[in-house]
Amino acid sequence: MITMLTAASRPALARHVRLTFDAGRDRHVLLSPETVAVLNATSADILRLCDGRRTVGEIVAELRDRYDGVAEADVHAFLQRMAARHCVETVDG
Amino acid sequence: MDRPFGLLAELTYRCPLSCAYCSNPVGLASYGDELTTAEWQRVLVEARELGVLQLHLSGGEPLLRRDLAELAATARELGMYSNLVTSAIGFSRRRAEELRAAGVDHVQVSVQADEAAASDRIAGLPSFARKVEACRLVTELGWPLTLNVVLHRQNIDRVGAVLDLAEELGADRIELANTQYYGWAWRNRDALLPSREQLDAAEPVVAAARERLAGRMDVIYVLPDYYSRYPKPCMAGWAARQLTVAPNGDVLPCPAAQVLPLPRASVRAESLAQIWESSPLFESFRGTDWMRDPCRSCDRRETDFGGCRCQAFLLTGDAAATDPVCHLSPDHGIVEDAVRAANAGPVELTLVPRPHGRREGTA
Repeated sequence: MITMLTAASRPALARHVRLTFDAGRDRHVLLSPETVAVLNATSADILRLCDGRRTVGEIVAELRDRYDGVAEADVHAFLQRMAARHCVETVDG
Repeated sequence: MDRPFGLLAELTYRCPLSCAYCSNPVGLASYGDELTTAEWQRVLVEARELGVLQLHLSGGEPLLRRDLAELAATARELGMYSNLVTSAIGFSRRRAEELRAAGVDHVQVSVQADEAAASDRIAGLPSFARKVEACRLVTELGWPLTLNVVLHRQNIDRVGAVLDLAEELGADRIELANTQYYGWAWRNRDALLPSREQLDAAEPVVAAARERLAGRMDVIYVLPDYYSRYPKPCMAGWAARQLTVAPNGDVLPCPAAQVLPLPRASVRAESLAQIWESSPLFESFRGTDWMRDPCRSCDRRETDFGGCRCQAFLLTGDAAATDPVCHLSPDHGIVEDAVRAANAGPVELTLVPRPHGRREGTA
């Protein structure tokens, strides 16, 4: 079963992935056992807020403080995709 | 030019096991003059400068290098993600804790089958019980665990039980990779190549497990390319994303490329960047300009990159040929002959074991 995210879910990076900055490429990257995902700035911002304490709703709110036009559905869809790839796990609360 | 993401560090070709499907080179004796700790550390620094973010600590058996934790610590300082790829022989609690502290991110343990008799026979060493114990230690210490299982004619019928074992061990991932025919596996190909009937039986078992385990365990299943219509997109393109450093410092675009008739490139003579950017071994098959037809005019030339250069060379003697696995290759008959033999009835199953290898200057 793949977890379905709700606004109350508290996403965290899965224990086997590591988010880091690659100065050579000037991009954030998500490292996992067999892949390196080069992230765009928005994706990196979302993942940096996935600390297992903030809810998806709070993450959306924080992103809205920084950017105009943050669509909640887009953030949900991105996190859902990351969960399906086992990069993000959730604590529901 | 692309910058590499991954480095396969083959720290040694010494190994306590003698699996006949091993893809290490047949001429193991030429690799006994292993890089020193300082040389490997320089390789890691140069790899990171070149863009590498992912390090596979492999071999042979990497635990035979006493400096393994030191190298893992260097990788961690450089910000790399490190995978330990091990047979688990020598993975004591003390060693495991040392590697955990040094910053190894993920551990892949090989098993040769789902139970001791079959696994130990293929490994050539009573090792299954130790492997199971090592897997439990990996998860106990909080590491993600991948179980690596190379499939072939002599174990693919057990794939369901292998998946059950992975589930019982709490693995996060299982890689079920059909044998690729390089090195010792190439020598043993006819005794390893499964029949179509075996493959047809395995596929629904894997598919059912993948569905049942979705969200709990990643099931990676690598099909045998001899049965594919098109070749595999080898290394995601020649010298595009990955590089390999062999125990003696030879640098290769893929771990099988030492067979190609091109000049060697070694970290003992040049920097990793020089080799990546301009050595003939890396330059010869980069991009698509080297291709001839049928690849040159094929819609899939950027999808599968002409398949595998090493396989093309092993099967045809010409490294620039289309991979004969492709049904469009003029040499496809070579693969068809091997497949026909694998399906024509009983096959001689005797395997030539891979020797253990030795380090120069040691007994």
